[in-house]
Amino acid sequence: MSSHADSHGHGGALPEYPEKATLEGRNKLLGFWFFLGGESVLFGSLFATFIALRGQVLDGPSPHELFNLATVALATFILLTSSLTSVFAVQGLHRHNVKTIQMWLAVTVVLGLAFLGLEIYEFNEYVREGHKFTTSAFSSSFYTLVGFHGGHVLFGVLWIGLLMAQLVKKGLTVVTAPKIYVAALYWHFVDLVWVFIFTVVYLMGKVG
Amino acid sequence: MSHSHSVKRYHGLMDWLTTVDHKKIAILYLVAGGFFLAVGGFEAMLIRLQLMFPENTFVAAHTFNELITMHGTTMIFLAGMPLLFALMNAVVPLQIGARDVAFPFVNALGFWLFFFGGVLMNISWFIGTVPDAGWTSYPPLASNTYSGMGVNYYVVGLQIAGLGSLIGGINFLVTIVNMRAPGMSFMRMPLFTWTIFIASAIILFAFPAITVGLVLLLFDRLFGANFFEVANGGNPVLWQHIFWIFGHPEVYILILPAFGVISEVVSTFSSKRLFGYSSMVFATVLIGFLSFMVWAHHMFSVGLGPVANALFSVATMLIAVPTGIKIFNWLFTYWGGHIRFTTANLFASSFIPTFVIGGVTGVMLSVAPADYQFHDTYFVVAHFHYTIVGGLVFGIFAGLFYWWPKMFGRMLDERLGKVTFWFFFIGFHLTFLVQHFLGLQGMPRRVFTYLKGQGWDTENMISTVGALMMGIASIVLLINVLITSLKPRNADADPWDGRTLEWAIPSPPPEYNFAQTPLVRGLDALWVEKEAGNKTITPAEPLGPIHMPSPSILPFVMSVGFFIAGFGFMYAKHEFANGIASFLFGNYIVAVAGLVIVLVSMFLRSVFDDHGFHIEPEELQEKGVKA
Repeated sequence: MSSHADSHGHGGALPEYPEKATLEGRNKLLGFWFFLGGESVLFGSLFATFIALRGQVLDGPSPHELFNLATVALATFILLTSSLTSVFAVQGLHRHNVKTIQMWLAVTVVLGLAFLGLEIYEFNEYVREGHKFTTSAFSSSFYTLVGFHGGHVLFGVLWIGLLMAQLVKKGLTVVTAPKIYVAALYWHFVDLVWVFIFTVVYLMGKVG
Repeated sequence: MSHSHSVKRYHGLMDWLTTVDHKKIAILYLVAGGFFLAVGGFEAMLIRLQLMFPENTFVAAHTFNELITMHGTTMIFLAGMPLLFALMNAVVPLQIGARDVAFPFVNALGFWLFFFGGVLMNISWFIGTVPDAGWTSYPPLASNTYSGMGVNYYVVGLQIAGLGSLIGGINFLVTIVNMRAPGMSFMRMPLFTWTIFIASAIILFAFPAITVGLVLLLFDRLFGANFFEVANGGNPVLWQHIFWIFGHPEVYILILPAFGVISEVVSTFSSKRLFGYSSMVFATVLIGFLSFMVWAHHMFSVGLGPVANALFSVATMLIAVPTGIKIFNWLFTYWGGHIRFTTANLFASSFIPTFVIGGVTGVMLSVAPADYQFHDTYFVVAHFHYTIVGGLVFGIFAGLFYWWPKMFGRMLDERLGKVTFWFFFIGFHLTFLVQHFLGLQGMPRRVFTYLKGQGWDTENMISTVGALMMGIASIVLLINVLITSLKPRNADADPWDGRTLEWAIPSPPPEYNFAQTPLVRGLDALWVEKEAGNKTITPAEPLGPIHMPSPSILPFVMSVGFFIAGFGFMYAKHEFANGIASFLFGNYIVAVAGLVIVLVSMFLRSVFDDHGFHIEPEELQEKGVKA
């Protein structure tokens, strides 16, 4: 495969779309889209579980008493903004501007950490109000669904942080570019899932 | 060359632990899957020996529960799927004219995850707490209240092995979409590759569901969650939905590739192109789609109500349509063909009527009111063994005899092969045909013994004798493999007068597969060239240096990490007499250590780029894999 020959990226100008310039890059992108398809089923199953069990609150607090929409709205705002900043990072990628990429990835990571901080604060409050993991079927399914999403955010933060370090060491090449692009895809997916969590868990819990 | 990187090449055991070559990974899958097939078969023998006579006391009731649980789980996840992964790794890249799979590293990781998941599950035999809640592990039976530590082995082992299948599926989806040789359009792809493509798509969309199911069960069992605890608001039927929305597609993950093998074998040994190729592709895709629409037919007697039962009943019957298309296309392929009854073709041709019987009983079971009578009897056992043994295992045996020379460079002995076939074929029908009648006479499944004089004695005896015959067939196959492996590696590149691209290169293929990427000029690419009077395939590129991925130990290490973490979580709540053990496990030190191994491996993989190495034209050697 001749496209491998120049895939190491030492020297030479970068192609316009460095993330799909090599077969490896294209494989990585396509494979990641498939992976996100699988992740959709994963979250779909968790949502189905939550919807099936959300009425089973037993003696624990009900979603209506529990949720504080102000905190959740702030968290939503922060996470959706981070999706936008990751778009700016990918735009920097297409302009081959490492500085722009690094700056916007850094903002994305900080916003992700802020979201996680809010979530930890929120979970702490809930536990104080008697909404523990083992309280009811509702609480188990709530913490599993929202916690899985939080775990995804945490993983994304670590991942993007690692990519930033790599970018310092290796610069922007046809090897690092697909990694950044794919991490941005992941981040959008995690944000998209949150939109559903916000609607199905919080809004429907408060109103429905 | 300016881009040469020196890469350490390993030998001996290290070569196998670090390999990322899909052909060697195929052999690893074959060996491991074959081993687990033997384990699952041995368990089946013990089950049949216990049921040979009424009121037998060969194994205890509890052991019997462990045996049926492990037999089912092992055969589906640790034998059936890996043996298919062996065939697909060995063949698919060759059939599409690719040098490699899309993600060689991920391919190796998939194997090792499956392997360590399987080992973890089977270690339970030595620890003495074996999974015993059935291969479906329905709660509340699988909850802490009614089941012991064993179910944790099931949950954690399957989770790790399932992860391996999932990434394997993604790998082959990308490989087939992105890595096809020039001219290989989707409608020129060999049918085996098509079935692997659809099966991989099913894996992608089905496995995450069981991942979630296993997580929920694990959380219930280890961390006091309430998903299936009725007293705390949980719902056991939820497990059944999640399990079967995975579990039903799973049977098509198993059977579609077997259909693919049959299509290749039937067409090659009839010396004809496959009849109705495009309708076969359509049927494959349709089956893939319908497989997700029928899961609740496993739950007719749960109480979903007549509307749901009727819908799932009709949806289930629909699957008979594309399957029928396939059956008739195989028959028409034989029709007027120059048929050679090699062992592979014997398995393929006997597959057709056998699988039809399994399909017919499937339609019988899909009638919801009738299912109220059949369910939980031996009729169901007979049905699914006709599809999974009569379908999948016949397909795998056909595929092994067909592709063995391509994988190993040696021909399996045909005479011994035919002995295997006849013993297996007759043994199979003796074992399972009578089980239909046992079921109709009311013998329930999953019982460890039965009383005398209920009219079940003779059939059970026949069934056990048949099972022993299948055991003999397997031993003959093993002897065949041993004898063959002592012979020289002198198989032709194209011993069967094949039609597809894998027969255009030496047996076994060199590690880069095709020295020059082939140019595909029609369906049955090699046959097209043969018809045009060409000895070899037309190349699509000049001879040049070939880029190869470098071997890596990380997939192995990462899987060991998962293995250790699995034990850590499983035993976190266990009461140890030993102080050190309870300190290590009770404080999650073992679990965290395992996860750290996983994360460090991921970190290393991410930070150090794999530049691979190049094979220069002057060092291209003829033959590949030594095994």
